[in-house]
Amino acid sequence: MNGIIGKKVGMTSIFDENGKMIAVTVIEAEPNVVTQVKIEDTDNYNALQLGVDKAKVKNTTKPLLGHFKNAKTDPLRKLIEFRDFEINKNLGDTISMDEIFQEGDIVNAIGISKGKGFQGVVKRHGFHGVGDMTHGQKDRQRAPGSIGAASYPARVFKGMRMGGQTGNKRIKMENLKVVKMLPEKNLILISGAVPGHKGAYVIIEK
Amino acid sequence: MDSIKYVQDQLIKRNDIPEFKPGDNVSVSYKIKEGDKERVQIYKGDVIKIQGEGATKTFTVRRIASGVGVERTFPFNSPNIGGVVVNKRGKVRRAKLYYLRERTGKQARIKEKKVFKK
Repeated sequence: MNGIIGKKVGMTSIFDENGKMIAVTVIEAEPNVVTQVKIEDTDNYNALQLGVDKAKVKNTTKPLLGHFKNAKTDPLRKLIEFRDFEINKNLGDTISMDEIFQEGDIVNAIGISKGKGFQGVVKRHGFHGVGDMTHGQKDRQRAPGSIGAASYPARVFKGMRMGGQTGNKRIKMENLKVVKMLPEKNLILISGAVPGHKGAYVIIEK
Repeated sequence: MDSIKYVQDQLIKRNDIPEFKPGDNVSVSYKIKEGDKERVQIYKGDVIKIQGEGATKTFTVRRIASGVGVERTFPFNSPNIGGVVVNKRGKVRRAKLYYLRERTGKQARIKEKKVFKK
């Protein structure tokens, strides 16, 4: 699967040829560097490892410095492996977004969603809460309600939706459209929202 | 943030809309597609609000059409807007003229601002 690592810049909206307004996410995808080439013979599968964003040498571990030395590149911050890359590239080559995508392509975007901390069931699962403030009830507005029956089954089923950590999780948004590309600034405009905060790494794959 | 501004400047910004404020009376020529024909509809009324910034900036025009108040919101940068003509400058004391919704007839008028040429 072909892909590239980018950074989320933010959202805006543009007009299509019919004058319809579409919300778009702007992603900055600077040319990625190939840091490792995996092939069937030695690694049992084909893949390309891409890296982006220069890192300081003092912030890079020695094992990673060796890895970058093999690829003859500067230390990079983010490394991602793409399986079965359809474009042949050698170690140390750069790959830019216009080699992979065209306007109108359908792509997936993968990112880490914004962390919301420990949240209750109303925010986390869309429960409606138990309800009333009156009729003899107290402090039940956002409660989950019953979580099961009594002496049979005498346990709570696995997967019962409850409160917990919300967000800060790898999320893939599928079937988004590449609305526009601005290669002179390495910007790519994708329809709709993409997981993550501004400045977060986003993988766009086709 | 600069990249967002760059995208907006490159793709959406248009500079042919004249400057107007809430309270002004404007005529908006709006392009409507019917099948494969295109015609222009003129929508005339008072601007009751200007909202948003950059690519998503919009303005809302209120008019009384056969006794019923109608409000339409237009994006400043929409390619469907053929042009905007400012008919009158209004004298108002707030940015959002929602109070007009409760008024009818003579009470719903906006005083005209006298503009003197220097």
